[in-house]
Amino acid sequence: MKSKKPSIPYIIWMVVFTMIPLVMIGITAFTDKQGNFSLEPFQKAFFYTDVFLKSFWIALLSTAISLLLAYPLAYLINRMKKSTQTTVIMLLMIPMWMNFLLRIYAWRTLLQHDGPLDTALSLLGIHGTYMGNTAAVVLGMVYEYLPFMVLPIYTVMGKIDNSLIEAAQDLGSNSFAVFRKVILPLSIPGVISGITMVFVPSASTFLVAQYLGGTDDIMIGDVIDKIFWTDQNTGAAISLILMIFIFIFLILMNFFGDEEAIA
Amino acid sequence: MSSAKGKNGLFSKLYLVLIIVFLYLPIIVFIFFSFNNSMSTVWNGFTLKWYESLFKDKHIMNSLWNTLIIAVLASFFATALGTSAAIGISNIRGKKRTIIQTVSNIPIISPDIVMGVSLMLLFTFLGVIFNFEMGFVTVLLSHICFCVPFVVLNVMPRITRMDRSIYDAALDLGCNQWQAFYKVIIHELMPGIVSGALMSFTYSLDDFIITYFTRGAKFQNLSIEIYAMTHRRISPKVNALSALLFLAVLIIMILINIRDRREEKIRAQKT
Repeated sequence: MKSKKPSIPYIIWMVVFTMIPLVMIGITAFTDKQGNFSLEPFQKAFFYTDVFLKSFWIALLSTAISLLLAYPLAYLINRMKKSTQTTVIMLLMIPMWMNFLLRIYAWRTLLQHDGPLDTALSLLGIHGTYMGNTAAVVLGMVYEYLPFMVLPIYTVMGKIDNSLIEAAQDLGSNSFAVFRKVILPLSIPGVISGITMVFVPSASTFLVAQYLGGTDDIMIGDVIDKIFWTDQNTGAAISLILMIFIFIFLILMNFFGDEEAIA
Repeated sequence: MSSAKGKNGLFSKLYLVLIIVFLYLPIIVFIFFSFNNSMSTVWNGFTLKWYESLFKDKHIMNSLWNTLIIAVLASFFATALGTSAAIGISNIRGKKRTIIQTVSNIPIISPDIVMGVSLMLLFTFLGVIFNFEMGFVTVLLSHICFCVPFVVLNVMPRITRMDRSIYDAALDLGCNQWQAFYKVIIHELMPGIVSGALMSFTYSLDDFIITYFTRGAKFQNLSIEIYAMTHRRISPKVNALSALLFLAVLIIMILINIRDRREEKIRAQKT
């Protein structure tokens, strides 16, 4: 029981399946098709600066909207009876267990021309296209990752010590002040992990934009998918850049998280 | 945080209902159209023909089987590897441990697409050396890759909280090392092991991106099948399949919920 040996298979596993693949991405990104050292993949990757910006913009919007929707939701779930809480959390989780492609595809059916939404709104005399634009992509992302925002915030809020809230009330805080001075600061760690869990996948996923977006809604994941099958070097360079941005983002989030914990 | 139990106003309840409707709208849509007697999205009468043709579709059934077998095998191997790793790591101290845990978390924090692409590079490279093609085995290995970190994360806190003297007590009371390991340690870690395995199983079932990059030319699972279908003209068979999957998930979740409540009751009676 005091032996370190049981970890050896996993350490070997991580070297083979985590470290080496990452090193291979690095090597592929810095070589040309003949295998010589080259910066050409990065030069080609820079053609996609706009796509990078668009992806981060969509991810930012989706994260912000998810946060706005999820925070009050987590708060009000925490105010329910314990048994109701379990049921509501289960209700939020069930759609997540459905296949990711199916869920996005169902939105396409909902939003398409002459689809259920269009039909319903045309009864009110409103006609329009609800698909093929950035808003539809953001909607898809919010749908896809909202539970990832709710769950960490809900968990962290649930752990807030009741006596802190009571103390604040005893000391004369009204409910808004209790929220602002006690609940909000103490729920920041949940918000931080929620932001990470929504931003990273929405910046890097593919197919959502292809299914719901218009012709100029191309995201970086879609580019990697398209390019990788014909030009692995450029694909690897784009993947490496994406990875670096994500790591910078995670470090920043960690930094803010720690800062809050100290204050 | 529970001082205001059950004090949600009408507005809050309405908000909750709206969010639930938003989350279930697409699911209602595919269940509805799975009974539609037409290929289009215009209602044309009730039918069960899509369910019938779904079960006759050997391709889809084969994909379903592949999905399930990969999920079972991947969560089994990931649980074994991850539990053993967590036990070993718990005995490592200092910098070495930080490094190991950081590397272990890489598959969780890195984007799926980067992981898929990097594993594809690895398997293509190894494939050239050892002369194999990507397929079932490479998909299984990749799924184990993204499952193990979740097992480690679930089991680790259990080990830290465990009282190690129980193990010594078992030895003193005449257990040999294996008995003590099995009867004490595995027993103590069980809740962590189970939730790690469950998480692995769900992530494996749901995965599309990593399978897509590591499957080679021939391997098909449900995600790949659905992906292929969405590129052709969509058959309402997909809707039928989704409705059935939803039903399965719903039943599993309700069963888990009932089990949890029963355990809670038993625990409450004990104390």
